[in-house]
Amino acid sequence: MEIGKRQAGDTLILSLSGDLDGRIAPETQREILEALPPGGQVLLDLGGLGLVTSAGLRTMLQIYRRAQIVDTNVTLVGLSTQLRNILTATGFLSFFTVDESVEQCLVRLGEPVGQRGGAE
Amino acid sequence: MTAAIEAGRIDSFPTQQVNGYDVRPGRTEPFGATVVPGGGVNFSIYSSSAQAVTLVLFEQGAQEPLVELPIPSQFRIGSVWSMVVFGLDYENIEYGYRVFGPEQQDFRDRFDHSQILADPYARAFSGRDSWGEVPDRDRPYPYRSRLTYEDFDWEDDRPLRIASTDLVVYELHVRGFTQDPSSGVAQPGTYAGLVEKIPYLKELGVNCVELMPVFEFDEFENSRINEATGERLYNFWGYSTVGFYAPKAGYAATGAFGMQRDEFKNMVKEFHRAGIEVTLDVVFNHTAEGNELGPTIHFRGLDNRTYYMLTPEGFYYNFSGTGNTLNCNSPVVRDYVLSCLRFWASEYHIDGFRFDLAAILGRGTDGAPLENPPLLESMAFDPVLTDCLLIAEAWDAGGLYQVGSFPNYRRWSEWNGKFRDTVRKFLKGDGDVGDLATRMVGSPDLYWARGTCSSINFITCHDGFSLADMVSYNDKHNEANGEDNRDGANDNNSWNCGAEGKTDDAEVNTLRLRQMKNAMVLLLTSQGVPMILSGDEVGRSQQGNNNAYCHDSKLTWMDWNLVDENAELLEFVRNLISFRKRHPSLRDGHHPRGDDPVGCGYPDVSWHGTKAWQPDWSESSRLIAVMRNGHSVDGDDSHVYIAANSHWAAHEMQLPDLPEGMRWHRFVDTYAPGPLATTVPGQEVLLDNQHSVTLGPRSTVVLLGSRPIDA
Repeated sequence: MEIGKRQAGDTLILSLSGDLDGRIAPETQREILEALPPGGQVLLDLGGLGLVTSAGLRTMLQIYRRAQIVDTNVTLVGLSTQLRNILTATGFLSFFTVDESVEQCLVRLGEPVGQRGGAE
Repeated sequence: MTAAIEAGRIDSFPTQQVNGYDVRPGRTEPFGATVVPGGGVNFSIYSSSAQAVTLVLFEQGAQEPLVELPIPSQFRIGSVWSMVVFGLDYENIEYGYRVFGPEQQDFRDRFDHSQILADPYARAFSGRDSWGEVPDRDRPYPYRSRLTYEDFDWEDDRPLRIASTDLVVYELHVRGFTQDPSSGVAQPGTYAGLVEKIPYLKELGVNCVELMPVFEFDEFENSRINEATGERLYNFWGYSTVGFYAPKAGYAATGAFGMQRDEFKNMVKEFHRAGIEVTLDVVFNHTAEGNELGPTIHFRGLDNRTYYMLTPEGFYYNFSGTGNTLNCNSPVVRDYVLSCLRFWASEYHIDGFRFDLAAILGRGTDGAPLENPPLLESMAFDPVLTDCLLIAEAWDAGGLYQVGSFPNYRRWSEWNGKFRDTVRKFLKGDGDVGDLATRMVGSPDLYWARGTCSSINFITCHDGFSLADMVSYNDKHNEANGEDNRDGANDNNSWNCGAEGKTDDAEVNTLRLRQMKNAMVLLLTSQGVPMILSGDEVGRSQQGNNNAYCHDSKLTWMDWNLVDENAELLEFVRNLISFRKRHPSLRDGHHPRGDDPVGCGYPDVSWHGTKAWQPDWSESSRLIAVMRNGHSVDGDDSHVYIAANSHWAAHEMQLPDLPEGMRWHRFVDTYAPGPLATTVPGQEVLLDNQHSVTLGPRSTVVLLGSRPIDA
């Protein structure tokens, strides 16, 4: 699992790539939770994810719940069709804001698009 | 090997190694496999006379075990073997047990350590992850126990606790309801697909779904090819449980990813959000292990004589008609069943249970019916199940018929088979109107001591003709089941209205539609809890098949095109449900006593014939009218007059006089053509003639006596 971080205005963009399963999930979760900016915006770009297991979904929900506590909004982008189907079927999708792309999300949040840092 | 020793528990350290794995003595409870803090998994399993137990672990899908870990005998407490194993990649593990019996086995036992047994407490199974995927028959250990996560974010969801008086139940098959392409859902045939149809159910007005079996079962059990048609037949209904603690993976869009538990919970949460309860049809009377020739899955190899009712010779009693009978009233099995129900009620927020062949649950270990069956009593008073509906199918295949006499502790309700039989007979024209009257007021002959809600009223259910077939066929047509039409009930009390099966005869089709409406009126204006078979509200046919358990095809799938094609019937049923909600006298939990409990000047219930106040109870009578008096939901007096005629001729019905200022309005006249047969409740039509009403041939009329309604 690789986690790329970059900042676009007040929004922290975290790009996940690799598999997110029971072996990886605890560490991934720890790393993301440490990065959560209180009172800010976090964009999780999941376009690079391979296998996502039950533990992986729980990691995402943990992030959502922890973010709520520190008043941070979490947006998902880059959902594969399969991941979207799984999130829909389990109801997990309803907890998140979903955007089609990083750019769309940044526009919605009024952030500068394509500046500062560029791709990870 | 020892991962993640981080939680602050002093028992999160291994004490020894078995075959290279760190382990320590486990906890006896809970039974099953539980992920424990510290990164271990606690395995706990009971067998009264096992001499040794080995935990067998597979990597997911592997042919051969990853490792076998004998549970050290000093880890046993009582008859329970438990061990914590550390360092497991628990998302990718399947587990089972080898159980070694004593050297001199009791002749009733069937220990066989060459077999790997599933955990009867497994929360999930793999092996039938995607519905209909042809299994590899050579794979050892076909139904494999899985480890799962327990956590789910229910938010503020709780079981709904809708008063029984207000329930309208809808029986459906999870896969059959949305599998047909006409359903238009994104993930057909699944729990997720069902969620997409919640708005339809809400609009219909039902507030409780009864799901046909959803515990893990094998659709390939007894699967075969019908020689005549070449079609594969399945165990579609699923009345043959493999895993009692596990939702069927093949019904989950996410089953292939092992997330069926989350998907199921989300479905329950979504139903609850829409104000609809979820009741499960559960099959505790027997298991999928069958008779002496059946497969060994779990109980047989764990503790045969504890879990099954056996003859003195050691063979399986067959009160279920499917090969074996669960030994429900042995103390151990009683605990098993009860804890399983508690698990579904608390872990899955289930609102109620309907027990298949429940009469078996009242039989003792020798098969004889018990006066005071401990299992039924325990369920009736169980603290976790207090708010759950407990519905008995109060008969079994061993000849025990207990409708009205099921051991109930004033708690159990029953599928009222007599309601079905009586209403069907009346509709076809051979009924006894006195008997019909009894059914209309909640069957006081059967449930006087318990109240009307103990009667689950139904005319059709999964087992038998659909409503459309009940008015289209005199005889069953089960040829497609591949048993030369020998299977299924012969006694259907059905009438085809003049032609057998599909016909172009407009007169016959008009009568059929009217008969379906008549049936719905009797079902939805009677006291007791009404249950609708899914699809009956749009006239779904199964081509005369009254035992369609083996068809996974258009024969059993809901055809959503009917929603438009039979919009008139659908609208009719919607209006009836809505009318029932507006007039509590139709669903009063108390049987009528003939007095005037609300002080409106009329008895709660009175009976009428062609002359007001003069019902004809004679044998040849084919007509009865009832007047119910009480308050509508907005508190005003309401008088509801329901007249049913199964005679081929029309009759003029003299109406009872109403109090000063009240007028008769028409809500239903099934003889009226098309959409005129009913109105939207609240917009009932003032009758020109306030003294009599014409009751058409084979028709029903429902009138509302109220203050004049502005048209």
